[in-house]
Amino acid sequence: MASPLFDRQRLLEAVLAPIVATMIAVVLGDVLILAAGQSPAYVYRLLLEGTWGNPYGFGQVLYKATTLAFTGMSVAIGLRAGLFNVGAESQLAVGGFACALVGWLLPVSTPWLVAVVIAIVAAGAAGGAVGAVPGALKARFGAHEVIVTIMLNFVVLALLNWVVAARLHDPETLHTPAVRAGAVPRLASVFPALHGSAASFVLVLAMLAALGLWLVVARSRFGYELRAVGLQPDAAESGGIRVGRVWQWAMAAAGVLAGLGGTNFVLGYKGYYEDGMAGGAGFLGIAVALVGRNHPVGILLAALLFATLSQGGLAIHAAVPKQLVEVLQAATILAMAAASPEVRRILRNRRPVVSERAEKEAST
Amino acid sequence: MRALSILEQMVRIAVPYLFAASGGVLAERAGVVSLTLEGYMLSGAFAAVLGASVTGSAWGGIFFAALGGVLFGAMHAILSLRFRAHQIVVGIALNLLAVGATRLFLKLVFASSSNSGRVAGFGGDGTGALAMFESPLLWLGIAAIPVVAFVIDRTPFGLRVRAVGEHPEAAASLGVPVARVRGIAVVASGVLAALGGAYLALDQHQFTDEMTGGRGFIALAAVITGSWRPARAGLACVLFAAAETLQIQLQTLQILPSQILSTLPYVITIVALVGWVGRSKAPAALGRELG
Repeated sequence: MASPLFDRQRLLEAVLAPIVATMIAVVLGDVLILAAGQSPAYVYRLLLEGTWGNPYGFGQVLYKATTLAFTGMSVAIGLRAGLFNVGAESQLAVGGFACALVGWLLPVSTPWLVAVVIAIVAAGAAGGAVGAVPGALKARFGAHEVIVTIMLNFVVLALLNWVVAARLHDPETLHTPAVRAGAVPRLASVFPALHGSAASFVLVLAMLAALGLWLVVARSRFGYELRAVGLQPDAAESGGIRVGRVWQWAMAAAGVLAGLGGTNFVLGYKGYYEDGMAGGAGFLGIAVALVGRNHPVGILLAALLFATLSQGGLAIHAAVPKQLVEVLQAATILAMAAASPEVRRILRNRRPVVSERAEKEAST
Repeated sequence: MRALSILEQMVRIAVPYLFAASGGVLAERAGVVSLTLEGYMLSGAFAAVLGASVTGSAWGGIFFAALGGVLFGAMHAILSLRFRAHQIVVGIALNLLAVGATRLFLKLVFASSSNSGRVAGFGGDGTGALAMFESPLLWLGIAAIPVVAFVIDRTPFGLRVRAVGEHPEAAASLGVPVARVRGIAVVASGVLAALGGAYLALDQHQFTDEMTGGRGFIALAAVITGSWRPARAGLACVLFAAAETLQIQLQTLQILPSQILSTLPYVITIVALVGWVGRSKAPAALGRELG
């Protein structure tokens, strides 16, 4: 089935479903905007002007897309193995906390590159440790990873809240002390037009991670095992793949990717960890992975789409509540979930099957 | 008196779990994954406050909550059964939709981003000795598990629910309308869980942002640890409620930081899942779409 025709069809499927889903979400947005007593054209213009329409807004979109790319990749690597990582939210937060802690502990005199690498490794390791737990519990006891990751979100975020509030906050604030070493420069230091926006060179780390994800999933032995387990765990098991181990490593890798995302807020933007820094980016990672169809390029594009919506929420707030955007984001996932099997069926039925079906219908 | 108030507290915590878990048992026995319980509860809680605010009566709140449950249940049913969307994806997305939609309407209707105004509830001003027992939702919640047990084990519809959850192809070949049976079970589970949310909101006389706080997921964990059987799931709900009551009581003693104690219900849920899951068997066709 690896004919070029088949590949073209796969590509068509991959592109059509997100477009259909986005269009459905836009139409739903029209209805909600009308219900709120505003003109859809006006609100959508505000949304575009506040995001891609000016350099600051665009920089903010890039900043938000960076975090979403990490959480999207985190969810995607789990999905490749057939696992749902709903824990990216807390893995992201614990990654941010770890690099804030390390950046604060390191002496000011640490060479920049060394400090950055140590801080990034700390973020990935902390996220990976939290991600490994549901993987191990699933492999060892069969505990459903969705519920375990959701429960761990509550546990980890509460523990971080306690550590920061009770032991580690800067006096008079609710965040950790500022990092002394390892801060990543803003993009504005090279592109002055982006001045004031939070986008930083962590964006480059996200792109490297996307490349790494593609190499691992498409080209490595682990990636092969990952995809085999995701498609048919029983068949993979009989094929000699140790499914439990693949689950464990897939969830740990998912945690690493989400944890790395924490560097965007801490090292690239604020310079400290703050309660609530994840702000839903972990959950949106699910949307990013689905719309991006688990492919690194798709994920980067989907991250831009959802970052535009998030940033756009602020731009339209004067006209309609920004919470409208959250509804649209959820609607996009639902539309995507419903559209992809439908698009696949329609595309596949277009060929010989159509005539078969028509004959069947004619005979009844 | 103190023992009585602790018992009352436990009942208060258990009722939303009992509602949601009974709905969860029904939908999952029909073969549909119930990750949406959280979203049903949250939308039910908001709809109850909206209804109580619009009609000025807590009964109006119950009616609106049931409608909210029908709406979210129908969305789940249509997307998963008609469009064959992945049930876990639909569940996660409907939960996000419930969070976003309740926030949007909180802003539009109550002009707040954190909580609604105070609305009518049951039991007068709530200060009477047994005021909480005046809520019809409390009794409905306690009845929900036995009713679902009766429906599943003793009625023709329950037989069909079990059939489509275990062997949908076999059921279909005997003329059972698989999608319709599943759809009815899902919508009913939406109504049940939404009533659990309504109890939560009317008990507190207001809606607050994300007020369900993961209760729907804990209820689903109760369904799983209860081996998808109503009575055992109900027992698991009571145990989870007891643990949470214990946590609240320990808070007043101040022996541990409140944030650490607050993780107790979630930790216990994980422990329960790890301890019991291996020994319980899920409905054979759970989450599987039909060919």
